[in-house]
Amino acid sequence: MLHIEDLHVSIGEKEVLSGIDLHIGENETFILFGPNGSGKTTLLMTLMGLGGLRVTRGRVLFRGTDITRAPIHERSRLGIGMSFQRPPTIHGLTTRRMVDLCAQGRETNVDALAGMVNMSDFLDRDVNSGFSGGEIKRSELLQLMAQRPRLVLFDEPESGVDLENMKLIGRTVREMLDGTLSVEPASSMKERKTKRQTSGLIITHTGYILEYINADRGQVLYNGHLCCEANPREILDHVGKFGYQECVRCLGSGDPGELSRIIA
Amino acid sequence: MKDIDLSDYKFTGLPAVTVENLNSLEASDKNQMLMAGVDVEEAGRSGTYLSIDQAGSHCSARVEGVEILDIKQALAKYDGLPGHFWKLIDPDKDKYTKSAAENLHGGYFIKTAKGAKIAEPVQSCLFLKTDGAGQNVHNVIVVEDDSELHIITGCSVAHGSKGAAHLGISEFFIGKNASLTFSMIHNWAETSVVRPRSAGVVAAGGVFLNNYVLLKSVKDLQMYPSIDLAGEGAVARFNSVMVAPKGSYVDNGSRILLNAANTRGEMIARTIASGGDIVARGFIGGHAAPSKGHLECRGLILGGGTIHAVPELMATVDGVELSHEAAVGKIARREIEYLMSRGLTEDEATSTIVRGFLNVDIMGLPGKLKDVIDQTIAETEKDMF
Repeated sequence: MLHIEDLHVSIGEKEVLSGIDLHIGENETFILFGPNGSGKTTLLMTLMGLGGLRVTRGRVLFRGTDITRAPIHERSRLGIGMSFQRPPTIHGLTTRRMVDLCAQGRETNVDALAGMVNMSDFLDRDVNSGFSGGEIKRSELLQLMAQRPRLVLFDEPESGVDLENMKLIGRTVREMLDGTLSVEPASSMKERKTKRQTSGLIITHTGYILEYINADRGQVLYNGHLCCEANPREILDHVGKFGYQECVRCLGSGDPGELSRIIA
Repeated sequence: MKDIDLSDYKFTGLPAVTVENLNSLEASDKNQMLMAGVDVEEAGRSGTYLSIDQAGSHCSARVEGVEILDIKQALAKYDGLPGHFWKLIDPDKDKYTKSAAENLHGGYFIKTAKGAKIAEPVQSCLFLKTDGAGQNVHNVIVVEDDSELHIITGCSVAHGSKGAAHLGISEFFIGKNASLTFSMIHNWAETSVVRPRSAGVVAAGGVFLNNYVLLKSVKDLQMYPSIDLAGEGAVARFNSVMVAPKGSYVDNGSRILLNAANTRGEMIARTIASGGDIVARGFIGGHAAPSKGHLECRGLILGGGTIHAVPELMATVDGVELSHEAAVGKIARREIEYLMSRGLTEDEATSTIVRGFLNVDIMGLPGKLKDVIDQTIAETEKDMF
């Protein structure tokens, strides 16, 4: 599904990602950990093709297509969808219209989708205008539900969200990844099983999202390098107990030269 | 403000035209009027006033509770309208007011009965048909206590106009707990010069909502309507959407004076220069407390031109709260990228943002007029990116 090969990315003169190799398979959910400033958000922005970043080396393949230099909308149409951490308000554009645009001409029951993420009262408001943290997450999910991507990039689904919203968001993300999201309540389990699953690349600090989704691979991004591939819960435990620096030492590749470069 | 040489225009001698049936107008004129908000079918309208060049041409009220007269008729009927005519504007203010005072051509007098809630809008059109015509109009709007009215007023020139001057005086009187929504749609040509002079007073508990839409070219337009919130709890709100294509010069502002306790004033102006020049002014004066005012001015330059935003706040007593927000520049890259990430091309994203920026939903205009405005926006958009 997604192949990242030796990816180097700079912002201005500074190299932020230094040789990322990552493969995410069909229907696989991958969890990305890392301290603030380690380059996690930059990686997601690079995959979406957002501006202000420069790929200096390497390439990104998505479903067999080299998208390293593709414009944003082409990536979107190929099936990459991103939940933005701090999306801009667009004045005069209602959430309803935005969800319609996300559907790209497919028939979509906007009201039913909005009901699933408790966003019905927001449909006629300008998108993101005055939305709280939880409302932004639900609005982003609503848009992604209409967009139906094959790979979801999710930057900190739990940030700024209260516990009650976390449950709703966690459940919705799971259903999106499992392909069991459905606005038709009548669909049977068998029908649901046959629905298209979605791959995920999720950044988390707290790991709350892990309580809701099935994710079996994770890695730590540290100073622009990926390291420490393990079960996401295991990584979370180590980071919680010993901090990121210890975590890198402990789970490191075993090559002392590599390690000293990462934590330098 | 640029000077206009009024001697370049014919302010006398054009024939008066009476239009019994609005449907008998020429198709191209009808179309121009439609783009200024005037529906000749009068569907969903409480009445119509039409002035062509230098005389009133059509006047009809279709419902009880609202009187619509040509201003000259009203002056004759009400002994010169002593309480309302030239009460808020000084006829010697400038040469444009002088011209209107000395040689009155037409204009409307619209008055509600006390307590009358007029559900459907009254429409008016001040139309310049003859090339080189100068038009002096004077409008008086009286919204009596506890009544409600929406006026849609369009100003337009004939298609292909080679030049015309519109000088318009408007005086608004909004009574206690009365409400006026005044929606003005301008549909000029690149040769038109326009000098409206407007002022209003709002009594206690009254509401004045002013909507203004200018999407087409105009050679030179300058106006600065002023609203005096004179009674406790009075409210004024201005929503303006303006586009200045190449060749347009638009100097437009609004002034709200908070002259009584618990008054509120708000202005939201959205402007796009697509080759032309815009001066976007705003003034809120807080002279009684408590009172609140907020001024918002957003401008985009898309394809050349200038925007000069001049937001002004003035407070002269303790307890006044005034704020303003002004931003002039380009469409934020992150807004475009956000939409592109949902599958829109860069042009589609830009267009979506521009249409949102110029969105007039808040004005509560009739559906057919909104459609015409959306269509006009789609046409003007071509020059922007």
